Amino acid sequence: MTTTTERKLTTQKAIAEAIAIEMQDDDSVFVMGEDIGVYGGIFGATEGLLDKFGPERIIDTPISETGFIGAAVGAAINGMRPIVELMFVDFFGVCMDQIYNNMAKIHYFSGGNVKVPVVLTTAVGGGYSDAGQHSQTLWGTFAHLPGMKVVVPSNPYDAKGLMIAAIRDDNPVVYMFHKGVLGLGWMTNNPRATGVVPEGAYEVPIGKANVVREGSDLTIVTIGLSVHRALDAAEALETKNVSAEVLDLRSLVPLDREAIVASVKKTHRLLVVDEDYQSFGMTGEVITTAIEGAFDYLDAPPTRVATPDTPIPYSHPLETWALPSVDRIVEAGSSLLVAR
Amino acid sequence: MDIPKEHLVDMYETMVKIRRFEERIRELYFADKLPAFDIAAGLIPGEMHLAAGQEPVAVGMRPHLKAGDAITATHRPHHLAIAQGVDLNKMAAEIFGRETGLGRGKGGHMHLYSVEPNFGCSGIIGEGIPVAVGAAMAFRHRKTDNVALSYFGEGAANQGAFHESLNLAALWNLPVVFVCEDNAYAISVPKTASTAIPDNSDRASAYGIPGVLVATNDPVAVYEVMGEAIARARRGDGPSLIEIKTDRLWGHFEGDADAYRSDEFKTDMNERDPLATFGKRLIDEAILNEADIASIQDAMYAEVEAALEFAMNSPYPAPESALEDVFAGRIVQL
Ligand SMILES: Cc1ncc(C[n+]2csc(CCOP(=O)(O)OP(=O)(O)O)c2C)c(N)n1
Ligand SMILES: [Mg+2]
Repeated sequence: MTTTTERKLTTQKAIAEAIAIEMQDDDSVFVMGEDIGVYGGIFGATEGLLDKFGPERIIDTPISETGFIGAAVGAAINGMRPIVELMFVDFFGVCMDQIYNNMAKIHYFSGGNVKVPVVLTTAVGGGYSDAGQHSQTLWGTFAHLPGMKVVVPSNPYDAKGLMIAAIRDDNPVVYMFHKGVLGLGWMTNNPRATGVVPEGAYEVPIGKANVVREGSDLTIVTIGLSVHRALDAAEALETKNVSAEVLDLRSLVPLDREAIVASVKKTHRLLVVDEDYQSFGMTGEVITTAIEGAFDYLDAPPTRVATPDTPIPYSHPLETWALPSVDRIVEAGSSLLVAR
Repeated sequence: MDIPKEHLVDMYETMVKIRRFEERIRELYFADKLPAFDIAAGLIPGEMHLAAGQEPVAVGMRPHLKAGDAITATHRPHHLAIAQGVDLNKMAAEIFGRETGLGRGKGGHMHLYSVEPNFGCSGIIGEGIPVAVGAAMAFRHRKTDNVALSYFGEGAANQGAFHESLNLAALWNLPVVFVCEDNAYAISVPKTASTAIPDNSDRASAYGIPGVLVATNDPVAVYEVMGEAIARARRGDGPSLIEIKTDRLWGHFEGDADAYRSDEFKTDMNERDPLATFGKRLIDEAILNEADIASIQDAMYAEVEAALEFAMNSPYPAPESALEDVFAGRIVQL
């Protein structure tokens, strides 16, 4: 008989562990960003690392994102594998040039000769009244711009494996952790933010979606914290005799189009749930993928639940109304089965 | 003190009001979040950055302001908004996310916008600095003698926007006063670990403008230096950079364990609490007596309480109003 270890970690601790493992094995890996040293990262992604690796490899920076993210690019093309943290994705405005004009394009400009193995970590998401400059997801914006992988874990197991894969990847990877899936003590308690995480190194391949719940009547495609919302909604739909499959994309770039098409061919109905702004984003891309790959299989027009095209409002009733909710997903899922 | 008595009293009253506001917001912030702190819960959910200890920075400029002057501020904005005279009821209501708030509940405590007085603040570090430059351009174009005051933390002085803005204002000789509130920390990172030189005021020389250091957290010292810088800008003699050493008495945000500052640092800081120090000085110099202080407290506390009641008795906005105000005019994209 084999014994399995059932060690449980929060997503936040799983991320920090993944970084520690890779830093142990590879001296070229280092971390920089604001409050990532003494504080351990505002969202704990680098907790304990300063004590383990010291200030030469765990580097607190000034508030100079263009400077230190640009410096990560420079270090990466000169033999290092930097992990650089942009505290909240909303702050991308002050440093986007280095991200999308440099980090994402140098490999291409060099005809494939120069590699840029940066992991850009950043916190995303709302739902706790942090208002319009601290609550966005913006993964659609990053995914729209060619040249960077975009990874969004929804649980501790994936978070660790995707982080290890990201560090080992020779491409720039934007690694977005949703604040609601981290299992932080000061956020609303989320049981799905804690889970079994194997010790030691393992990779979760970037670009492979995951069927987190099997179903036969409709497919819910989503990412990040909305995977949890979709799972709750699927349970509610079950009581109405609707069997929903939930597909966690895990990354937007690469997008696992095969998994989307395969699931839609099986269930014949598609609902896409996204916490990002509705227009010109993930929902449109996933629906297009289904139409291109499974048009003849669709029994109803695909539909979507997303954040409307407004900045994220502060006031609780407004924000709750604007972000995707379990109720909105259940309602959209039910209507899909009525629609012909 | 070579300052009109009414200015001293006004500054003290305003300090009392600011401190009381911050203390009450702090109490109400924690009201429904404990025992297990949940940032999303309670009457005031979300992040909360309070400015207790930084009152001198705010009140020292107050007597020099005139109608139409603009202030751009940061994620830690309450002291400046109160000192400029932003409607306290509407400001409180915004913090509580109510329909009657400055932004009808859309902005929250980091995004307080008032047309009259001309105040704005936002949550991205360094973001407001160029906006003050633009306000000054508008003032000059419209031939007013208004000035723009840009407030930011010492952490923001390492952001590109700071340097670009100083250069623009100097190049175009604009009526801006740049004010760096140096509370020695940017969240957990001390200034010594973020800034290549000790005093940001020295950075003014790179742009050929006056740079002045206010080395104590003293409203009178701030009053004097700001008086000069504002007068200079109003005369059309161009921008200045002021750095004021101040103290953030509490954590970076409420709920911050504040473990990165030593006990010794915190004890010293509390001993030099500017509100207590200034009150004592006014008594020592016979500008106010104990009874005056008590009646000032009564009046300011009552004003704060009235604002909080107004806020908490106001309705929440309708959920669908989330779709309004994205654009001027009736454009709603669903
Ligand atoms: C561009 C940007 N980077 C990082 C942050 C996160 N952040 C919020 S406040 C803060 C520290 C600011 O320090 P300082 O400017 O000294 O102001 P203080 O908080 O001390 O008043 C940081 C890093 C942000 N809001 N915007
Ligand atoms: Mg500071």
